[in-house]
Amino acid sequence: MLRDITIGQYYPSDSVIHRLDPRVKLMGTLVYILSLFFFQNGFGLAAVTLGLILLIKLSKVPFRYMTKGLKAIGVILAMTGLFNLFLTPGEPLVKFWIFKITQEGLKNAGFMVIRLTYLILGSSVLTLTTTPNQLTDGMEKSLKPLNKIGIPVHEIAMIMSIALRFIPILIEETDKIMKAQLARGADFESGNFIKRVKAMVPLLVPLFVSAFRRANDLAMAMEARCYHGGEGRTKMKPLKYQKKDGIGYLLIAGYFVLVLLLRILL
Amino acid sequence: MSIILDKVSYVYSENTAYEKQALKNINLQIQDGEFIGIIGHTGSGKSTLIQHLNGLLQASFGGIYYNGRDIYEEDYDKKELRSKVGLVFQYPEHQLFETNIFEDVCFGPRNLGLSKKETELRAFSALRSVGLPESDWYQSPFELSGGEKRRAAIAGVLAMKPEVLILDEPTAGLDPQGRDEILDQVAAMHRELHMTILLVSHSMEDVARYVDRLLVMNQGEIMLDGTPREVFAHWRELEAVGLAAPQVTYVVQELRERGIPVNPAATTLEEAKTSVLEVFQNRKGKEFSNNKNSVK
Repeated sequence: MLRDITIGQYYPSDSVIHRLDPRVKLMGTLVYILSLFFFQNGFGLAAVTLGLILLIKLSKVPFRYMTKGLKAIGVILAMTGLFNLFLTPGEPLVKFWIFKITQEGLKNAGFMVIRLTYLILGSSVLTLTTTPNQLTDGMEKSLKPLNKIGIPVHEIAMIMSIALRFIPILIEETDKIMKAQLARGADFESGNFIKRVKAMVPLLVPLFVSAFRRANDLAMAMEARCYHGGEGRTKMKPLKYQKKDGIGYLLIAGYFVLVLLLRILL
Repeated sequence: MSIILDKVSYVYSENTAYEKQALKNINLQIQDGEFIGIIGHTGSGKSTLIQHLNGLLQASFGGIYYNGRDIYEEDYDKKELRSKVGLVFQYPEHQLFETNIFEDVCFGPRNLGLSKKETELRAFSALRSVGLPESDWYQSPFELSGGEKRRAAIAGVLAMKPEVLILDEPTAGLDPQGRDEILDQVAAMHRELHMTILLVSHSMEDVARYVDRLLVMNQGEIMLDGTPREVFAHWRELEAVGLAAPQVTYVVQELRERGIPVNPAATTLEEAKTSVLEVFQNRKGKEFSNNKNSVK
């Protein structure tokens, strides 16, 4: 059950998207997210949808694997949808008691749900096709200029990569502790809310203890290898642009212009 | 009274790039009162196998029967099964969560819905049988040593009074003394409480000394099944899959290759010692009589 969490997970495969330079993918994701909030009509939506479908097809990650990540935000999606649906002022379509659904509300709710869904799907393509190491390398290099104004880019990137790296470890740990407590007759599924929260104690206490222990061990191991932050640190595999990365940038630019034009012209 | 596994297979993360068949068509019968060792390389499916026995993992194919009842039946009480088949995970001390050891050991029996008195009685006897000194019982888990914590965690499972006790690498990360203490206590439980015990390990020395039956797992299949003596006779095959027979087996083989007729079936240090001494005694006797002859 816990293995369903796919946030920040890498999916090994050999596709064009997997081989792209992480900086291109980061830029692409940024542009993609911007484009999600730029489109305002059906044509824009069609363009974005097309882009997303193409991206997913190219990445060779099974679509079903991606949608698993959506389950987790189902509640947020439903809430946003409902609030937009009922609380947007405008021309009423249906009215009953104190609730009314307006035309604008319908449109807003639809677009908002689509935007959020696309946001999760699109950005999960980034993490699914990029190893945490590549991701942080790319981020570090792209944000390097910020170093000049005193932002510790390397350290932030390192924190991020460790956090991402620890997601699967902690999931596995949770799974293990859960099983160990189940073997001692623990029950995580039945009972009322308070009972269930109480049932979490035997799971959460060992989990926290182990998270602290791991953090401590990792800090010690880094220290033992003389880690001292980003200054003067070189890379074994420095990032280098290749021809396909140039093409990638061009495609991203083309996509963005298209979405902008669709907004302005139509 | 037995556990029967009928053509059990298990696949991890089906339909993804991580898909992995962890168990392939396992057929196995475990009788009451047996002391079984399970050995195998990392990733050979040992841990997956034992998690099936108390219903924590559900087989992708095949069936499991506990005392003649199908555990995958709709109305089968999994909680009851878990109290009958006690499973001690690897590094079980990581699951301790209560403020003191005694409370933690009470967790299992309390989940079974037993009365306070019965719960405490069971915790009492469980802590006794793992040999934890009474002065440790009301300590926080953080104040105990690794070996003590491990014993407390084992007591946590024992307190449920299981009929079958499964231990997954109970000696991992312990020093030789802690290892021997735990294994001796497990052996004592087998003798005195007549429990069925499954001991998962990758140390041949550990298992050879204690168990009466040995299962060797390789790539999700049971490769060998027999007494330690029978299994270690296949030491060449064991080596081929990255396992090794106990060191004693190598010494005995080497001695035989050099023409010293020691007992080839010796698998424990004790047996080898007796056998080697016997050979030398015979030889000394001969030499002695030879000398006598020459003097004459």
